[in-house]
Amino acid sequence: MEWVNAVVQGILLGGLYALFATGLSLVFGVMRLVNLAHGDLSILAAFLLVAIVDATGLDPWIGLALVVPALFVIGYVLQYGLLNRTLAGGELAPLLVTFGLSIILQNVLLEVFTADSRGLDAGSIETSSIRISDQISIGWFPLVTFIVSIVLLSVLQLALSRTRTGRALRATADDPRTAQLQGIDNRRIYALAMGIALATVALAGVFLGMRTTFGPAIGPARLIFAFEAVIIGGLGSLWGTLVGGIVLGVAQTVGAQISPGWGVLTGHLVFLAVLATRPTGLFSRQVRQ
Amino acid sequence: MSGELTVVRATTASRLGAVAGVAALTALATVPFWASAGDMRLLVEALTLLALAQMWNLLAGYAGLVSIGQQAFVGIGAYGLYYFGDKVGVHPFLAAGLAGLAAAALAIPTAGLAFRLRGGYFAIGTWVIAEVYHLLAVNTSYLGGGSGVTVGSAAALERGTREDGTYWLALAAGAGAVILVYAVLRSRLGLALTAIRDNEEAAESLGVDLVRAKLVVYVLAGLGCGLAGAVIYLNLLRIQPDAAFTVNWTAYMIFIVVIGGIGTIEGPIVGTAVFFVLRELLSGYGTWYLVALGGVAVVVMLAAPGGLWSLVQRRFDLRLFPVQRRLRLPPAPEREANP
Amino acid sequence: MSLLSLEAVSGFYGDFQALFDVSLTVEEGETVAIIGANGAGKSTLLAAVAGTLARVEGSVRFDGGPAGGLPPHARVRLGISLVPEGRRIFPSLSVEENLLLGAYSGRPGPWTVSRVYELFPLIERVARTPGARISGGEQQALAIGRALMANPRLLLLDEVSLGLAPIVVGQLYAAMPEITGLGTTVLLVEQDVSQALRAAGRVYCLLEGRVSLEGRPGELTSEQITAAYFGV
Repeated sequence: MEWVNAVVQGILLGGLYALFATGLSLVFGVMRLVNLAHGDLSILAAFLLVAIVDATGLDPWIGLALVVPALFVIGYVLQYGLLNRTLAGGELAPLLVTFGLSIILQNVLLEVFTADSRGLDAGSIETSSIRISDQISIGWFPLVTFIVSIVLLSVLQLALSRTRTGRALRATADDPRTAQLQGIDNRRIYALAMGIALATVALAGVFLGMRTTFGPAIGPARLIFAFEAVIIGGLGSLWGTLVGGIVLGVAQTVGAQISPGWGVLTGHLVFLAVLATRPTGLFSRQVRQ
Repeated sequence: MSGELTVVRATTASRLGAVAGVAALTALATVPFWASAGDMRLLVEALTLLALAQMWNLLAGYAGLVSIGQQAFVGIGAYGLYYFGDKVGVHPFLAAGLAGLAAAALAIPTAGLAFRLRGGYFAIGTWVIAEVYHLLAVNTSYLGGGSGVTVGSAAALERGTREDGTYWLALAAGAGAVILVYAVLRSRLGLALTAIRDNEEAAESLGVDLVRAKLVVYVLAGLGCGLAGAVIYLNLLRIQPDAAFTVNWTAYMIFIVVIGGIGTIEGPIVGTAVFFVLRELLSGYGTWYLVALGGVAVVVMLAAPGGLWSLVQRRFDLRLFPVQRRLRLPPAPEREANP
Repeated sequence: MSLLSLEAVSGFYGDFQALFDVSLTVEEGETVAIIGANGAGKSTLLAAVAGTLARVEGSVRFDGGPAGGLPPHARVRLGISLVPEGRRIFPSLSVEENLLLGAYSGRPGPWTVSRVYELFPLIERVARTPGARISGGEQQALAIGRALMANPRLLLLDEVSLGLAPIVVGQLYAAMPEITGLGTTVLLVEQDVSQALRAAGRVYCLLEGRVSLEGRPGELTSEQITAAYFGV
């Protein structure tokens, strides 16, 4: 029964990882950019909310409505003002610039907020749970996180397939030069994609901060989890990202059940096993070129 | 016509560079006889960082392998030193060399997995694998677990012997890394790498074995980073897994190479100097020096992608390490033959 | 005032110069063809007009205003649409989505999805199919339809007949009168000289990046065209 519980908790954890992974996948899909600061930006969002709550006493749930748009703006400006310039050359410049941003963000957060662990108080939902049996209970908060991730993926999927802007994003992903010939300004589409990505990752960072305590240094690990979910699920597939997140979440909780120190490591090992046996992921669509 | 062309590699600057290099090496070799222990520790740090940076330069600047997981080999070098020195019982100086070889050996299966990914995903993939090594060290009580170990065999050495030996090993690592990159670039492998850098697909169609060339570079970089890691911990003596496997090692490498000049041998040397100057200038301000380094690296990447050395080179046409082949036409003044 | 006028335009790919001092005008309502051998600079010329060529010197004016420095998407908004060589259909978008994307600039005008389907009934049958999975002829019709969706004043057609069966080429060119009948100006590049001469009211011949001949098809002799085409 403990094992069943571990799997259930892992599935729910997978929802959180999907939240982290969606933006990474989107940005890679649209402009082939791997944003190495992705995880740190999620932690930035969590710290922003901490600062807002500390300064105003606002309820974190209301503060969320400020942080998500704020990160959208940061993403838009970051891409438009800085990262678009790195896309012209090879793959080296975007990687190095985003890695530089990652290190800068980590250390600025460290200096501003110190290395102390912080947390966000989500209220009574954090501790309440649905009791299924003696060993299995589903926490309301992980459940809400999971539902939010499914809603988010559905909305994104719908927006990408049904709206004018969604079509423009997909067309730019297909063929940026021809997209320009349809009147699309690539720079704005890229900025928009990064804005959306950072809005989703802000959501992820805040949910993480409500779930556990966090410090300035944990960004890279979030990037890695997001990346593992994307690769396990298969590049270019939004729902694959959710499956990848769930596989990773279950691997971690089951691994931790075996031995407390082995949770994250088991997740990495499952990722490497997928990489070794199915390098294109479990649900990859044919990679188009 | 072709009989009158001569291929020229050395330039006046490079001949002067060779003389200066030998002189500098000789001077550096005598450091233990006159420098203070503190200065020597700083030099050990600089030389090992130069070795690390040069390895990352070889990977990213010449083979197109943007690894963010070189800390794996620093950590393996550290634990290799402990294993061979304390568990096997060989002399710690020899153990440092063995640790480098162990890192090279582990680079092979690491490449087997990481090479399945391309570009940016290769970068994160190497990072994941480094995390696996890190967590394996944390979870292995034989290696001290999460709290780490002290390299007792090295600590037991007579202090002067340890400091001098460590210094010379660091010098060997730093100078060796420079010479290694230079030798690689002048070899057939270097030609293959140049072809890859110019046009990967064309190189492959001409029969350049891409995977093999990249694998050789990756293993060499594993060796260099492993050796440097072992020497760093001969200096520090206390190995903590979180510190030995921190991504900051790779951040240092990247910042040094990018600021100095990626894809040049001189660049990492310049970058190492900039690194220490910035760190000493901002020594009273916590980790702000890392913020400054990151900021400078980002600005350099955008404004002068060839780094500081490229600015010097453009201004003075200066090449200390002649890895280019220049064609010389007898009647005309010297021309550039490389694109 | 000409709708499009190029004055002493030179075009470059990196250090390679593909166009030398090309001057050319296209009046509103005209259909103008550019002919020339492979590598004469025909597609480069269209790229210079559409804004996809990185380095252009000289003056490119559209509707009296300078268009030279504008990025491609801004030129679409002015009313310049390019049907690129090789069709460049978005592979993961359906045929209908490709058309809808053509209307991204939001320019008002007569062209709608149903109007394009009337013009090219062959693509209505595959409306829901991904662009990657339709035939070459369907792709070319779609590419033209997609450009029309922007309601361009100037339609640039690059090598419409390339790689297509003659019967399909015939169908595509049969649609031209309906397009020009709505007032759309057309500048087309065509390898098939006789096709170009039939479709256009005026032709320019390019030879090694320079204009070697200009005139109305009825007034040019085949000797003149051969000489201008091959440079003999």
